[in-house]
Amino acid sequence: MNSHDSKGIPHTTPRQSATFTQDVNSDIRRAAATGIYDIRGGGAKRKVPSFDDLLFMGASISRYPLEGYREKCETSVTIGGLHASNPIELDIPITIAGMSFGALSGPAKEALGRGASAAGTSTTTGDGGMTPEERGHSSKLVYQYLPSRYGMNPNDLRKADAIEIVVGQGAKPGGGGMLLGQKISDRVAEMRNLPKGIDQRSACRHPDWTGPDDLEIKILELREITGWKVPIYVKVAGARPYYDTTLAVKAGADAVVLDGMQGGTAATQDVFIEHVGLPTLAIVRPAVQALQDLGMHRKVQLILSGGIRSGADVAKAMALGADAVAIGTAALIALGDNDPKWESEYNKLGTTAGAYDDWHEGMDPAGITTQDPDLMARFDPIEGGRRLKNYLKVMTLEAQTIARACGKNHLHNLEPEDLVALTMEAAAMARVPLAGTEWYPGKPGTGY
Amino acid sequence: MQTLDLQEIGLREVNATLHAQAENTNQTAWEIVNPKGAHAIACGLDAPIEVTVRGSTGYYCAGMNQQATVNIAGSAGPGTGENIMSGKIVIEGDASQYLGATGHGGMIVVKGNASSRCGISMKGVNIVVQGNIGHMSAFMGQSGNLVVCGDAGDALGDSCYEARFFVRGSVKSLGADCVKKEMRPEHLELLKSLLDEAGIDADPSEFTRYGSARNLYNFDVDNAGAY
Repeated sequence: MNSHDSKGIPHTTPRQSATFTQDVNSDIRRAAATGIYDIRGGGAKRKVPSFDDLLFMGASISRYPLEGYREKCETSVTIGGLHASNPIELDIPITIAGMSFGALSGPAKEALGRGASAAGTSTTTGDGGMTPEERGHSSKLVYQYLPSRYGMNPNDLRKADAIEIVVGQGAKPGGGGMLLGQKISDRVAEMRNLPKGIDQRSACRHPDWTGPDDLEIKILELREITGWKVPIYVKVAGARPYYDTTLAVKAGADAVVLDGMQGGTAATQDVFIEHVGLPTLAIVRPAVQALQDLGMHRKVQLILSGGIRSGADVAKAMALGADAVAIGTAALIALGDNDPKWESEYNKLGTTAGAYDDWHEGMDPAGITTQDPDLMARFDPIEGGRRLKNYLKVMTLEAQTIARACGKNHLHNLEPEDLVALTMEAAAMARVPLAGTEWYPGKPGTGY
Repeated sequence: MQTLDLQEIGLREVNATLHAQAENTNQTAWEIVNPKGAHAIACGLDAPIEVTVRGSTGYYCAGMNQQATVNIAGSAGPGTGENIMSGKIVIEGDASQYLGATGHGGMIVVKGNASSRCGISMKGVNIVVQGNIGHMSAFMGQSGNLVVCGDAGDALGDSCYEARFFVRGSVKSLGADCVKKEMRPEHLELLKSLLDEAGIDADPSEFTRYGSARNLYNFDVDNAGAY
């Protein structure tokens, strides 16, 4: 490019708009070409205040630590002891979130079961019902009870170790699932009782109840059918966490699963994922506050999900009052999703490793989010299970490392007082002091 | 006949007793007295038994039923027979909303009227209503048959898939992608067998068939106005 024009006047540096960025412009061009909104998988990709904006202080003269490899730091958690005669006992507080057979292949579901079982934790079904390979390989399986009721049957309900009534999902609070025609194979169609190849849109509301008073009766029915044996969780999207948690407890939930906007989905509109819902960091304290106000903290368990990636995230979630976390996207990455070894194939799909999110198209090079037999054959469920187990173990060791450094002999003993925030936003959301100060925005008695 | 007094022994005991009945039980006739509108009565049954509830019921009576026949000698609350898998439910009076929601199989017969969202998201159940049904019935119905001897309310069969609807009277309006369809001989035969099974005397030739136009099965921007 010439630096001067023909008269010798210098060009200004070409300036990209901060409003009409290249990303935005590509969205506009895509919309103009197709007439259809963009659909994709995954959770919010935008930058939001997150656990990365929090730090643990560790021990010093006023607090003393536990010896890293000598003194015990417990990680077990019991979920659902309030009403269920058989609560779920987990060795680690990291569970596998609900992901459907349909969105994922049968072998991928099997791998989640293998990895979770080997690490002493639970896995969760999804829209589309319970598959034999998943039940067979999951020592503790949570059965999701979803608005669509695809594949829902009482025999599977009775085989479950817990039931999770799904009200919402962090990626799309107020939205139902989507499984587009490319992924409706014969087996998926049969399980969901739908014609092969159609675009299947799951309902956003349950068909036979609305509101908290109905939910209480629905929970009663599920308990009667399962003999009051298994815990009943209620999963809600991060929207109005204080009130949703309060209402779930009032309706009789044994546990509340709270999912922030970084939590993934198999497929929904990009505009939904990026513009509806709250960041995970912002939802945990109001939910814990609700439990504390009801005198139910640690009696009704809080399971937090949405962008949990490391033992540090686990420790921060627990310090803020969660009893356990759930991982979905991170578990898929552990299995091999978005692995750079498939880069040339991602390029052919117009994307790159790490950014691939068109899971609904069923062409996943890693063979995980697909029903294509050739692609599925690339994925080894035994190796996938081993990788997931390793990852879960590492996250646990990391969380223990932090807890010991804070002088805690159980992950549950981590507390907000162990944390500081790096930004004003994070301080306000997590209700912990801005690093180096005693203050956070909204702190009672401070006048702000 | 074995009699269970719900007010005396409570819901848990009633359901636990019925759940304890084995496949080959010789105690096949049961009655539940004093239901007084309680919720979740006789839900989750899975044995070839016949249970008669002497009175009206609350939410989710006979929910997720398998094999059993449940007679409700009164009116039934919301979500009765939700997710029924097999067996039969007969309601002598009227049924509230969400009757047979997501039902996968079996049959539900209503001698009176059924309210809104009757057969919502039905997945194989057969529902026969002697009277009228309310609005948004069979919303997202996937499969199975809904037979209405009276009239249907607004938005019948909205966004339905392969479920079939037979209505003898008027339909106030059809939902998105639901259309009137030709009644071929196989449909008359099917309808006759459903009416026979329900024990209802009606002439199949007086009914009109409705079902999916299948225009919304795959997303097309030109159909966006239909949603």
